[in-house]
Amino acid sequence: MSFATWAAVLTSGAGMGACLLVLVAPTRMRPAFAGWGTAATGATGCVLGVGSVMSGFPLIRVGWLFPLAGAQFAGGAVSGLFIAVIGAVAVIAGVFTVGYARAAITGHDGHGALPVWALAALPLFVMAMIFVPLAASVTTFVALWELMALTSLALVLADHQRVQVREAGLSYAVMTQLGFAAIVLGLVVFAASSGSDGFAQMTADAHTMPASVRSAVFVLTVIGFGSKAGLVPLHAWLPRAHPEAPSPVSALMSAAMVNLGIYGIVRIDIAMLGRGPTWWGLLLLMVGAITAVYAVLQAAVATDLKRLLAYSTSENMGLITMALGAVMLLSTLGTGASAAIALTAAFLHVVNHAAFKALGFLSAGAVLSATGLRDLDELGGLAQTMPITTVLFGIAALGASGLPLGAGFVSEWLLLQSLIHAVPAGGTTLALVVPLSVGAIALTAGLGMAAMVKAFGVGFLARPRSSAAAGAAEVSPTMIAAMSTGALICAVLAVAPVVCASLLDRVLSQLPTVRSTEVPSIGLLLRLPGIGGSMSPALLAATILGGVVVVGAATWAATSGGGPLRRAALWACGGSPPSSRMQYTATSFAEPLLRVFDDVLRPDTQIEVSHHAESRYLVERVSVSSTMADAVEVRLYAPVLRAVEGAANVVRRLHNGSVHAYLGYGALGLLVVLVVAAR
Amino acid sequence: MLRRIFRTGTVSETAPPAPDPTGELPPLLRGALALRHVDAGSCNGCEIEISGCFSPVYDAERYGVKLVASPRQADGLLVTGVVTRNMAHALKATYDATPGPKIVVAVGDCACDCGEFAGGTGVVGAVHDVLRVDRSVHGCPPTPDQIIAVLREVTKR
Amino acid sequence: MSAYPAGSTAVQLVVVGLGAPVLTGIMRQVRARLEGRVGPGIFQPWREMRKLAGKERIRPVGTTVIFGVAPLFLAATTLAMAAIVPVVTTASPLDRDGDLFAVVGLLLLGTVALALAGLDTGTGFGGMGASRQVTIAALVEPSILMAVFALSIPVHSSNLAAIVAAAAHRPESVATPASALAFAALAIVVVAETGRLPVDNPNTHLELTMIHEAMVLEYAGPQFALVEWASAMRLTVLLALLANLFVPIGISGAHSGPVGIVAGTLAVAAKVVVLAVGVAATEVFLAKLRLFRVPELLAGSFLLGLLAVTASYFLATPA
Repeated sequence: MSFATWAAVLTSGAGMGACLLVLVAPTRMRPAFAGWGTAATGATGCVLGVGSVMSGFPLIRVGWLFPLAGAQFAGGAVSGLFIAVIGAVAVIAGVFTVGYARAAITGHDGHGALPVWALAALPLFVMAMIFVPLAASVTTFVALWELMALTSLALVLADHQRVQVREAGLSYAVMTQLGFAAIVLGLVVFAASSGSDGFAQMTADAHTMPASVRSAVFVLTVIGFGSKAGLVPLHAWLPRAHPEAPSPVSALMSAAMVNLGIYGIVRIDIAMLGRGPTWWGLLLLMVGAITAVYAVLQAAVATDLKRLLAYSTSENMGLITMALGAVMLLSTLGTGASAAIALTAAFLHVVNHAAFKALGFLSAGAVLSATGLRDLDELGGLAQTMPITTVLFGIAALGASGLPLGAGFVSEWLLLQSLIHAVPAGGTTLALVVPLSVGAIALTAGLGMAAMVKAFGVGFLARPRSSAAAGAAEVSPTMIAAMSTGALICAVLAVAPVVCASLLDRVLSQLPTVRSTEVPSIGLLLRLPGIGGSMSPALLAATILGGVVVVGAATWAATSGGGPLRRAALWACGGSPPSSRMQYTATSFAEPLLRVFDDVLRPDTQIEVSHHAESRYLVERVSVSSTMADAVEVRLYAPVLRAVEGAANVVRRLHNGSVHAYLGYGALGLLVVLVVAAR
Repeated sequence: MLRRIFRTGTVSETAPPAPDPTGELPPLLRGALALRHVDAGSCNGCEIEISGCFSPVYDAERYGVKLVASPRQADGLLVTGVVTRNMAHALKATYDATPGPKIVVAVGDCACDCGEFAGGTGVVGAVHDVLRVDRSVHGCPPTPDQIIAVLREVTKR
Repeated sequence: MSAYPAGSTAVQLVVVGLGAPVLTGIMRQVRARLEGRVGPGIFQPWREMRKLAGKERIRPVGTTVIFGVAPLFLAATTLAMAAIVPVVTTASPLDRDGDLFAVVGLLLLGTVALALAGLDTGTGFGGMGASRQVTIAALVEPSILMAVFALSIPVHSSNLAAIVAAAAHRPESVATPASALAFAALAIVVVAETGRLPVDNPNTHLELTMIHEAMVLEYAGPQFALVEWASAMRLTVLLALLANLFVPIGISGAHSGPVGIVAGTLAVAAKVVVLAVGVAATEVFLAKLRLFRVPELLAGSFLLGLLAVTASYFLATPA
């Protein structure tokens, strides 16, 4: 057996072994088994992924695994990259779980303890996620996908005593199953048209399929995988489920599971279906742009820290989808070089996003564990009580904002470069679409910066806004170790994306859409081939740090050694010292943006004025409440649900309890089947 | 409006000769002085004269003086009015918020020795009863020339 | 030959560092004269900085290390921008390391540092300034990137040396409608980013009308001097960028000697002073826009940028 096969066996062993150990272990030991078991599964998975990228994963048939069809596993560089990312995130999340779940048991928590079935499901979830990209037949893929969905549902419902968790779980379950239905339908149509179950055969037959079938498969799989990735309008489960899940699970879902939606799009729609008509790329570009802008807008006005991060996940998936759409468009209309740059941008953003989002959710989990609070309006002052977590969240926020020195800057830079070099060869379509895409990416970057400044500034700086925030203490060493590893990875990706260079090169060489040798070279200096364009994140960082040192030294010299330093009270315009409630909250910080975009966001404001009994002119109290629901959910889902309910009510009339009617339905159905089968 | 600007030209009165300063003033503040105005309880007569100081006719900015909004960015206080009970704490807080070296200039008879309001209810005293005053400008209200002369002693311009 | 790029970049940094307060002084002096006053002289900002350097340093209770480090960080990002942007020369050794997108990123990084410092004070005004500044920065981002896009199209590169050198070699490429639209968009962007009228009034005393000043109300002494110097440098660098992108006369190249560097310095000084006088004179006629009208101005700027891009596609002369 090859190296990759050994790694696969080890991963499945670790996953299932950890699950069993958790089930049989005493309560005290369960967090350790679950956490370290998940980390071990992730580590072996990461090795499997890297091995897959470097040398591929040969086809393995396991006939006994699923009835009738058997299972097929095979993988290439694309699968390997996603597996490696998932594995790395699982390692960090697993180590974090050890401390997080233990804190829940010993009572220092802000959340319920994790029940045994949730802890047991965690390694299984990671194992399922690692094996999905290795699936090489429709049955295997669908089975593993559903395993992943079920285990993640169990994990989301871990804290099921709370009603919001149950509602979130229901919403998540329904959307996942609807997406699953779309995926199954798409893959079945593809397989039926090709005549075979295996992906290799399907890829070979894709050229000969009629265009309408390919388009149908494309649309169905984009709907299915898009809902998993959190693309608008099928994103509503993301900001509901991710905040309610335990934080390490949120990290896994946001940084690893949504990537599988992107993997589905890349594998099925780019790699297997091959080159398609222009509207495919336009569809992805448009959906990605709308998702990115809408989700980041919601993040910019969100006051719940985890909801903010969840919307940020949706935004980044939108950006990646835009990159994939650009790849499709540019490979037919533009130059091959710009398509290669866009593809590099997409994959690099997958890696970068996984790093900073995992770190972000884990830090939010640390805050939740220490204070019991998720609401930014009540947090604050954590820089004094939890300095390490503050620094680590700062690194994640810097990455999420797409600024230089952050982990997300290089991939956004690459995406912008691919778009600005797309024309003029591309013609009118590109000339109209590309500027709007650049505008969408720019607005996303700006609003993302606003959201992260709010999250970090309001949540961690200045003074605590509530007693729970004032009583915070730094979290346990395992949690800090997990977060620090994530931060180290973010920092390395920010200044030295060269570590991914060899992996990305192999991935790019295996995708059919981009058969050009013009791949951007990622070294200490990023250089775009054939096109003028270069940037060095490491040297930029060095310049800024050098500037800080120089300016600091100059200030020191100019003030002759620093001068006297006095600690003084805040300038409160001469009144009594400002209380911590007088600080700007997240709601007030986002209010200008809310006002500018209120047509899109549609906040619901209720004002109640109650008067004195004696006179209508004397006001006794005024109460204002403002809620921000997801506008898509309110305006799109509610009518759809009402229509479905209406249709169901109509069908209910057929269930009239009369046995004669039911016998009649049965006979009619049999008749129809006989007529159809006789053709 | 452009024509109006060019027709009007510069309206500032020519600068009188620089005054001879007496008493200790921080040498750091020569050339550039930023002041935070505090109204401790005045009738606003002195405020009108101070706004006249910074108007185009008198133009105190040419001597390096400017009014700032935050005491943290100021080099001292320009206090008008008698110190009332309500403003005593605020005046001290403003002084404390100002970084050193700092000066206090009391403008008007009320600020210097309670003026009209000596012995009134709600009056704590003159500014020198609350803070250490470096320079006083007497008058009810003092003219902009008198105010500027005192400020020029600090900036030496 | 290889010493000249580093040397000319050093000259560039010195020119920007020393000249920025003088530029602020010139703008204040122009305003004063147009208002009928005499004014304090163009070196007054230097006198103020010298005085501030000798003042007491204050650390307000309740702030964290972010409050102390933000002015340093702001100055450092501005110096990094000054090193990359072609002010005196196009031959900066850092030109390969940062293109126009990186410069925009550095600009945003400085804004973020100051906004975090404003939030860190925990006062209502600090938060208010941070919230407004971040809103404007977020909404101005599409306009900037559109203008960058429009400028990169004819040159097929977003590296600044390439853009400025191309414009220097073919001056007629600047006289196109696309260029004019991009100039208009960038001018509005510069006004918004540096906090000049009509977006923000740098001379206001009313805290509720402040955007940039509200974030720095707590800074005293040397830190305040650093913030003021960094803001002046930002204005200088952005005006120099605006000038050199569209009128790159006199900029020194990779092979100019000391004479070229001196000529480049004088040329950029002249251009930037002209632009600064223009900005200051225009400010006399403008009142500050209401905060919720500023997005309309920025949307207009975005539209100009979009038109610039479309014009470069459809009206481009073949290279």
